[in-house]
Amino acid sequence: MIRSAATRLLPVLLLAAALLAWPSAHAVQPDEILDDPALESRARDLSAGLRCLVCQNQSIDDSNASLARDLRLIVRQRLLAGDDDAAVLRYVTDRYGDYVLLKPPVDSRTWLLWGAPAILVALGLLIMWTWLRPAAAGTEAAPQPLSAEERRRARRLLPGKGGADRTSPPHIAGGKENNP
Amino acid sequence: MKRGILGIIPLLLFMAVAGYFALGLTRYDPDQLDAARLNQPVPDFTTPALKADRPGLASADLKGEPQLLNVFASWCVPCRAEHPLITRLAESGITVNGLNWKDDPVAARAWLAELGDPYTRIGADASGRAGIELGVYGVPETYVIDAGGVIRFRHAGPLQERHLRDEILPLLARLRAETASRP
Repeated sequence: MIRSAATRLLPVLLLAAALLAWPSAHAVQPDEILDDPALESRARDLSAGLRCLVCQNQSIDDSNASLARDLRLIVRQRLLAGDDDAAVLRYVTDRYGDYVLLKPPVDSRTWLLWGAPAILVALGLLIMWTWLRPAAAGTEAAPQPLSAEERRRARRLLPGKGGADRTSPPHIAGGKENNP
Repeated sequence: MKRGILGIIPLLLFMAVAGYFALGLTRYDPDQLDAARLNQPVPDFTTPALKADRPGLASADLKGEPQLLNVFASWCVPCRAEHPLITRLAESGITVNGLNWKDDPVAARAWLAELGDPYTRIGADASGRAGIELGVYGVPETYVIDAGGVIRFRHAGPLQERHLRDEILPLLARLRAETASRP
């Protein structure tokens, strides 16, 4: 009568699995695909790294824009013409600049971008080291002895010891709340 | 004391990063990408004539005098918006060439018949390959090419009065002076 949780969950799990296993949306049309699977797989890899200039946060491999299709075809033509991967990318960047590369090259303009993670980690470690070192190593400056005035105040405030001024302000220690 | 100085490092870092972002958000215009062909000779291309009574366009034609190249298409609404300005430029005596990009020639001819045809030459680039040689990524785009056939300016998007006043007309005047002073 009562279906088990697993049975009820099964369709949901199957649907989720199907959605996860679904190949992410690619825009490559059947007529674009090269006969040579090795070349086609290189074309796919290259296309995935080239920005579609119409919908700028998609690669040309994902974009349905007509310019993206043109560029996919150009990538395949260049591969058929015998270009190596670098030459194909150069062909596109000659026309559209480094901006078409979804992974920008390291050069004088981008070293800070690429170096930022390492620089920030180094800086963080430096700050941590400087802050934590004294406490960890126990090299905190030794407490200064109390001056005569401080000694007098302490005696006034602390009950029991010395007892010279027992009449002054209420006790700090020994209140009701502090005594379980 | 040492801690006091170190303590403001996170604040300084934050300010640096925030400043960087602010610059990136305000100065960078995603509709106005860098033109890779800027200050380079017009790349090789040849396109057939769009209209029977008007020559087609090849890179060799874009030489000899400072001139404009306007990339347009009949399916492009901003092209329609900038068309009166292009017409005015042509009427003022500036050579304006047209590249009809990724368009149906019949539709393009009808478009020109309706709005008027200001172009000296019009290349029909139905496949879009000539545009890709130039680095066109949308229409309209307008290029200023000097007498030596070098691309000196590219504007992506519809031209407006201020682009003419602040950029294109002063540049053309400068290029004409350059050409005139050359032996």
